[in-house]
Amino acid sequence: ERNQADVSEAKSGRTDLIFLIRFRHCCLLRNQRCLLAYLYDRLLRIRALRWEYGSVLPNTIQFHMSAEEVEWFNQYKKSLATYMRSVGGEEGLDLTQDIKPPKSLYIEVRCLRDHGEFEIDDGTTILLKKNSQHFLPRWKCEQLIRQGVLEHVLS
Amino acid sequence: MSDSYFPVGPGLGMEENFLSLDDILMSQEKLPGRAESALPRLAVLLGQGAGSAESVPEGSKLEIPLWLAKGLYDSKRRIISVELPKIYKEAWRTVFSADANVVDLHKMGPYYYGFGSQLLNFENPENPEIAQTDSVCFLQTFIARFRRIMDSSQNAYNEDTSALVARLDELERALFQVGQKGLNDFQCWEKGQASQITASSLVQNYGKRKLTEVDG
Repeated sequence: ERNQADVSEAKSGRTDLIFLIRFRHCCLLRNQRCLLAYLYDRLLRIRALRWEYGSVLPNTIQFHMSAEEVEWFNQYKKSLATYMRSVGGEEGLDLTQDIKPPKSLYIEVRCLRDHGEFEIDDGTTILLKKNSQHFLPRWKCEQLIRQGVLEHVLS
Repeated sequence: MSDSYFPVGPGLGMEENFLSLDDILMSQEKLPGRAESALPRLAVLLGQGAGSAESVPEGSKLEIPLWLAKGLYDSKRRIISVELPKIYKEAWRTVFSADANVVDLHKMGPYYYGFGSQLLNFENPENPEIAQTDSVCFLQTFIARFRRIMDSSQNAYNEDTSALVARLDELERALFQVGQKGLNDFQCWEKGQASQITASSLVQNYGKRKLTEVDG
């Protein structure tokens, strides 16, 4: 508002105030730049979350995100899902799986914390307790490994 | 986190990237300058003088950050004129040509290369020669230091690198980290860990932070 007052004063003839207006304008632009960069960086990190964590974010993370960011995340999820469906035939291709090239179908995993029961394709349920080791199909565990619940054990 | 998070990098040459956090930090560095004309009412903002109606007299020296200098600098030079900080002047150039490896660039302003490129934006009367000698000087210091950076980044595996990194400015540190990452990845592959799925570093950091929140 002070800038506005000075602008009207300047227009009415006091030319030496021009630099002051310019100075304040610089400050405003600088603040705007810092804010934009911060918000953009947050968006980039949220995008990384989708790739690292999966499509459901834990409540504690969601608590720290603003409503617009949650909205953005949902939109990004939707676009990513549409894209993945359009690529690779009928069922689509899950790009978030197999980030590192797989060596085998089944892998050995150890449980790092209690996660409850876990069902695999042929119907058997496995109880995930801390430090229990299992031999499970890769595509089921990848999500849980990335979330830190399981640990991939190399034999 | 390190795998999918791609922050906006710093700009190249005379341009800055608007959204780059590195560029924003870099343009916060201060430059010495002089006020060309009397600047009314600015005194209280810049920390000199007491009243709000005082003006900074003509010709007084100011230290202003780069973003402010870029904004206030007019080609007709009505408002501000900038001088090169001493590290870019003749005296230091002889030091660099003597032995560039010895200089502690981090202490001299952690953004030596980036800041120097930005200075070319200001038209100084001596600018063409400065630009010429500046770019030559930058190149030569960079080449001289680069070999040592490359050597140390490729050979320091699992060691404390703070002693090596302390004397590098930000650009060189970024290069060093890229070199280290390459080395670590290669060692991982040699050990056969390349196919091991790991929890993302984001998740690991997040777990640690949650614990501290609960405690404190």
